Amino acid sequence: MLDNANVKTLDKVVVRFSGDSGDGMQLAGNIFTNVSAGLGNKVSTFPDYPAEVRAPQGSLSGVSGFQVSVGVDVHTPGDLCDVLIAMNPAALKQNIKFLKPGGVVIVDIDSFKEADLKKALFETLDPFKELDIKAQVVEVPVTSMTKAALADSGLDNKSVLKCRNIFALGLVCWLFDRPLEGALRMLKGKFAKKPAIYEANAKVIEAGYNYGNNIHASVSTYRIETEEAVPGVYTDINGNTATAWGFIAASEKSGRPLFLGSYPITPATDILQELAKRKDLGVKACQMEDEIAGVCSAIGASFAGDLAVTSTSGPGLALKSEGIGLAVIAELPLVIVDVQRGGPSTGLPTKTEQTDLMQALYGRNGESPLAVVAASTPTDCFTMAFEAARIAMEHMTPVILLTDAFIGNGSSAWRIPEASELPEIHPPLLSPNTIDEAWQPYSRKGDDMVRYWAIPGTEGAAHRVGGLEKDYNTGAISTDPINHEKMVMARREKIARIANDIPSLEVLDPKGADTILVGWGGTYGHLRTAATELNAAGRPIAFAHFNYINPLPANTAEVLGRYKRVIVAELNTGMFADYLQAKIPSLHIERINKIQGQPFLVREIVDGVNKIMEDK
Amino acid sequence: MEQTQYTPANYKNSQSVRWCPGCGDHAILNSLHKAMAAIGVPPHMTAVISGIGCSSRLPYYMNTYGFHTIHGRAAAIATGFKVARPDMTVWQISGDGDGLAIGGNHFIHAVRRNVDINMILFNNKIYGLTKGQYSPTSDRGFVSKSSPYGTTEDPFIPAELVFGARGNFFARSIDVELQISQEVLTAAARHKGTSVVEVLQNCVIFNNGIHNHITDKEHRPERTIHLVHGEKMLFGKDKEMGLVRDGFLLKAVKLGENGWTIDDVLVHDAHTPTNFLHQQLAMMDGHELPLALGVIRDVDSPVYNEEIEAQVAEVRSRKNFGSLRDMVLAGETWTVE
Repeated sequence: MLDNANVKTLDKVVVRFSGDSGDGMQLAGNIFTNVSAGLGNKVSTFPDYPAEVRAPQGSLSGVSGFQVSVGVDVHTPGDLCDVLIAMNPAALKQNIKFLKPGGVVIVDIDSFKEADLKKALFETLDPFKELDIKAQVVEVPVTSMTKAALADSGLDNKSVLKCRNIFALGLVCWLFDRPLEGALRMLKGKFAKKPAIYEANAKVIEAGYNYGNNIHASVSTYRIETEEAVPGVYTDINGNTATAWGFIAASEKSGRPLFLGSYPITPATDILQELAKRKDLGVKACQMEDEIAGVCSAIGASFAGDLAVTSTSGPGLALKSEGIGLAVIAELPLVIVDVQRGGPSTGLPTKTEQTDLMQALYGRNGESPLAVVAASTPTDCFTMAFEAARIAMEHMTPVILLTDAFIGNGSSAWRIPEASELPEIHPPLLSPNTIDEAWQPYSRKGDDMVRYWAIPGTEGAAHRVGGLEKDYNTGAISTDPINHEKMVMARREKIARIANDIPSLEVLDPKGADTILVGWGGTYGHLRTAATELNAAGRPIAFAHFNYINPLPANTAEVLGRYKRVIVAELNTGMFADYLQAKIPSLHIERINKIQGQPFLVREIVDGVNKIMEDK
Repeated sequence: MEQTQYTPANYKNSQSVRWCPGCGDHAILNSLHKAMAAIGVPPHMTAVISGIGCSSRLPYYMNTYGFHTIHGRAAAIATGFKVARPDMTVWQISGDGDGLAIGGNHFIHAVRRNVDINMILFNNKIYGLTKGQYSPTSDRGFVSKSSPYGTTEDPFIPAELVFGARGNFFARSIDVELQISQEVLTAAARHKGTSVVEVLQNCVIFNNGIHNHITDKEHRPERTIHLVHGEKMLFGKDKEMGLVRDGFLLKAVKLGENGWTIDDVLVHDAHTPTNFLHQQLAMMDGHELPLALGVIRDVDSPVYNEEIEAQVAEVRSRKNFGSLRDMVLAGETWTVE
């Protein structure tokens, strides 16, 4: 079908779907992503939701976007897009800044009437001129074509208009040479209970595809490179779902039932919702009355012997701090997921930031060390949720898992692991058969200084724990000054020794680099891409990314100490840089920071590194 | 009380009890040990979870699993425990400050959910551990260290809060009424769902005598009534007084006076689902009408933790995934060869 067309072959393309929040842009984007992943492309997505639940239709604040990058060596959703789909003038106005020079804009020209332009606060009747768009604009009558395709469907007007997104999807599928089978299969699944709606969407997606075919002379199409993937069964997964599944996997591995105590909060609610669905796997997910009850019910479940988790975002983490301190002193396993968003206070609930790092590390009263880990990509959320649960149980400690709105909502293809591929988890259970005469609730085992987990119901192991300081030997309440200091140091040492049980820090090091770019958490894709680009441009730079924040990997000082300069790039004012500097005072640290509620652009990191290296 | 294989001593541990001499908590602790022996759940299948306050020290004096947690949160922690381990008997200990001020939200929601925990609310109308500030159950005008000119707010009446939260079990006792305490604690443990037992407790140091108008030996018979399901609502030294209907309200009458006979006296029905009469009984305060002791309401209703278990079983019987991998493979996937 592409014989006569002008075909561009690309390593990767970036497509941005945008429209009114009711236009179904997320669905269109998701289907395009899945279809591409199924064809062997690597994918990375970035849903950009409006903050309002339902802003006025057609208004600037109601614009919803979904950006996806597909191709080879894809680590980010891309800074700028090759193709922008704008379903109305507001979407065009809000998103044109994301279009690459030389990119293509596809608009639903039926939605560019005078009234539509007014809603988007255009001052003239020529929005393209007003926005000074130099790119190629393809004006497609999406609405009228959709209506025409469904003229005989018997659907009411409202239902017909809801199919506009799928017409646009059909057109995009043609543009990128995606066969429709995969999309049709997904639509069938999505509308399994509404066959009439499925039929309508199936008709419309073909109409969109055929429309593309008919206008092909006027626009280039693309062929996207595919990548050799590890054989296996894959699914598309977003970070929040991956997080939820990571806990289920850890529960299966450890044999401890999974309990979630939570409270809805953007952008973490998906974790609660996914685990609530997983009653089919025996998960008990309780929506509690507030954030505090979320963490406290989890602490109760942990004392009772479950793998206990609470999910939240920054403001919720603040509310949970006292409870987390209880888990620290009671030395109970607990995972707290913080899907970070823009702060302080309510801040930017739907936007991404890395500004909770200090809160995670230090946001509790007293000396209350705990483990902090971070996930770097949507699929890494699975790995790190599993790891957080493993560390919590094996080391009898609360663990804070930091993800963020960007990787929590973003998705990529995930190879479904066999259970045998995952590490073993061995919680330090007190065995009913081997209860030592000398056992006390805070008896510590071996070199890791971990206390035993005496599961309630075990005969002969009834014991009391609590928030008051306990005697190092007997576990009874103690206010003895020397004992308190001993317990503080024991809890601290217990956390420090987790460093012996986590992977070493790995470095991507081209020969000859005297500078290393360093990041942590959800910025991985952008930083890695920036490092690759810098090296390709002849500026050697090493790259290391942290998933384990407290404790740091054991080789951190040695690795970073090899470089003359450490550039820490993060989405805050320099929290990880400060932390590293405090831990390893000899490092020469430079910083690249962004606090705009948006992920980095690769360009910003490349420019930032160049500037630092040219200035010094 | 029937015999089980356990004695109260099985539930005590060797810790020395640190409450002030003369504190009402000692008597409640003894009643609880006895009630637990009567119920017969083994100590290792029992968990006692408390918040912060004088009464919340109680788990340290039990030979069961115990968790002395943080201020106000015991109900939430007990909820998580019970959901995780429905096979264990869970007691929650709170005072009026812990349970109704800082923990008020968790209290009402635990009651609303009807999770199967037995809450004992030690009500001494004062903050004892912080040495004498007014609490959410202190009467209007109460003078304390933090209300030197008297409080300017109305108190909660715990029973009213329980009914407001649609509670299905409410009982009341007084620290010194060992028999009644043991009786209501046993009934609370047998009730499926959230049981709230309010025990009027005397803080000998900071609020000594706060319940005296009810608890002093001379007036107790006519200022309290011991309600027992299926029995006439009689009180007084010689059970010469009874409660009768007076329109929509209750009235205390003396049998034989003004033509009132035993037939006019109401029979207590703790199991009737409608809580209208239970509320009236629970709101009696020992002035016009005697303060009600005993089990005032005890009604079966769906239990949160049992409903969760049932839902898990029901969903699993329909979907039958053996593992996470099975579940994921049943969704949208593709294979790379």
